[in-house]
Amino acid sequence: MQPNVNVVSLVSIGRHPQSGRARRAEQDGRAVELGLKLVQDKLTLLHAGNAHETVLRQYAGMGLDGFTVLPQGEGDDAVPVLVAYFKANRQHHSRQIVLTGVNAESGESSGMLPYLLAEQLGWPIVPRIADIVRVDEFEAEVLLALPRGQRRVVTVSLPFIASVDSAAQEPRQSAFARGLRATLTTLDYGSRVDDAVSHWQVAPAKPKPKRLKVVKAKTAADRMKAATAKPVGGGGKVLRNESVEEQAQAIFDLLLEEKVIR
Amino acid sequence: MSDIIRRDPRAEWIVRNRLHPLHLSLVKSQQGDVRGPSGLLRKNVRDVGFIGPNGIKRIDRANLLTVDTTTRRSASKDTQTARPLHVVEQADFYIMVVADMVGGRLTAHDKDLLGQAHRLVVQYSDVNSQCCGAVALVCFGQIKDDQLGLSGVDRLFHLEDTVYDGFSPEARLGALQQIESQYQPLHWLFPDSVHGGADLACRFSARIGERLAAHVWQLDREQCLSRGASGSMDIKRATPRIVTLLEECADPIEDTQHQALPMVLEPMAVPSARLKEKGQMAVDASAVPLAEAEFILSAGNGIHNWAQFHATATALGATEGASRVAVDEGFMPRARQVGASGTWVTARVYVAVGISGAIQHMQGIGQCDKVIAINTDAGCDMVKRADLAVIADSDALLMALASLVEQHQLAKHAEQIHGENSNAA
Repeated sequence: MQPNVNVVSLVSIGRHPQSGRARRAEQDGRAVELGLKLVQDKLTLLHAGNAHETVLRQYAGMGLDGFTVLPQGEGDDAVPVLVAYFKANRQHHSRQIVLTGVNAESGESSGMLPYLLAEQLGWPIVPRIADIVRVDEFEAEVLLALPRGQRRVVTVSLPFIASVDSAAQEPRQSAFARGLRATLTTLDYGSRVDDAVSHWQVAPAKPKPKRLKVVKAKTAADRMKAATAKPVGGGGKVLRNESVEEQAQAIFDLLLEEKVIR
Repeated sequence: MSDIIRRDPRAEWIVRNRLHPLHLSLVKSQQGDVRGPSGLLRKNVRDVGFIGPNGIKRIDRANLLTVDTTTRRSASKDTQTARPLHVVEQADFYIMVVADMVGGRLTAHDKDLLGQAHRLVVQYSDVNSQCCGAVALVCFGQIKDDQLGLSGVDRLFHLEDTVYDGFSPEARLGALQQIESQYQPLHWLFPDSVHGGADLACRFSARIGERLAAHVWQLDREQCLSRGASGSMDIKRATPRIVTLLEECADPIEDTQHQALPMVLEPMAVPSARLKEKGQMAVDASAVPLAEAEFILSAGNGIHNWAQFHATATALGATEGASRVAVDEGFMPRARQVGASGTWVTARVYVAVGISGAIQHMQGIGQCDKVIAINTDAGCDMVKRADLAVIADSDALLMALASLVEQHQLAKHAEQIHGENSNAA
């Protein structure tokens, strides 16, 4: 589609929600899928972490000949290494798009990585995109995924970072043999331990307590009313004797005010 | 005054007991016997009995309960008891809550955050009883909620400008930075939501270079508990200044009311936007799942012209719903049924056309914000529940509504063409 745009997909190691085994992360897979859609096999697949992780081959098996790893130990901070990588590859900068997932499936999963990268590189960040519609000379048109299935069109100047929402196209099936054949490139930009993590106490998640429905009625009559009352809105407006046009206008005005009609 | 009629058992007992010294006076006072001019006792034949509590006339033949005049009404009780006002004269510190304000109203998530902020304020003032803190709400765009004080807002930063409309994270970030430099709040609480709260928190954290705690579900002054690794781990750590909180992290404010004093911000330079919004895209409303649709036009037994109903829904851009009757009769697919046995909807605006409102249906629309009812029966439950009810025939009204929408679209289209022409010129 656009041969001269440089797309990088940042991937992480996912975690299966039931078994807890390592897997291709949901949103990162979508980021790779979107990158493949934009530039086919010219996509750069980038991971900061363990280079010998077999899950990386699942990403490569989606149709890539190779992938790049910035070797990191367990519990290292990925941001400085990635910043160093992007600063070293400055020549591609003017036409670069970096795609990530919204939250990682392991570790803190705060979703801060794209924001920290964007802040340190001085690029704009577009959160939760569903698709990239068009890439021009200087800017791109992206679709933001809003709640309730809505979409918003936003134009953003190149280069930029985008996090890919679960509303984006599902990742394609990974071909096992193609993943095995993919070549691994490791680039060493050093590593830095994330100090703050050593002060944390990490434990398996406890179930959150359910909120109890407390009836605050003081008398038995109030309690009876609370238990039997139908849900009633606080005294709405009733239009009875107006003409049909006036009634329709009243409804239309309310719909406009609530911004459901655009 | 409550309408409950109270019995006076003592007066009843005196009326039954003819030997009681007060018997005669009490019976007299309520029966009001009248002697005619010839000295005969006259009885008013229409005056027998009394109107019972459910409005039906009762004749008490055993003469046991004729204590009409002695019944007393229960003491007047205010149903709307005013909550005590929580006053913060001079705030020594602030806790900022950045609200999503979906559709201009506080969401349940925002209210939980305000409750959490007040718990933090109490904890800080327990440590140092001299200083008192205020919970400040930061919100962007138009506010339609007029009860912010009841949700626990002491101070209000209301940023209403065209630059904050729609998708404008960069302008909003600038405003937050301005508040940060002007007030140095103790904590920033953001909702961990897809409505922009989490995005703004991450931007703010990256900009001021302070690490945030994300997905927090328990928070106190010293420590917080956050969910990590896609919800499979709990991380306990010292509470940072910036926190994004999950839903139901604390109980909302229910017992007090607050001042909601508006605060002023020094004027600031709006950063040039690198993200430019081009407006929302029209999505196919029928493809949106019913459970998460924002705007639903729902049909019931009162619809006769189904082709017109579908056309109106398309014109309005509304997702179609239906009551059980409409589905059972085969006019709508089962997947479109709203209610306890169908889909529980969360729409912001729900238009019920010709639905009288069975209790199962009302349960299904319990979470809807605004309900509009179109019905011929003014006494039905849907009309009682609705914020706007229209007593009219659905066919004529839907036609009028569709034509209004058509005019609106045409006017907007003409405006756009005009705008493009003037740009070209």
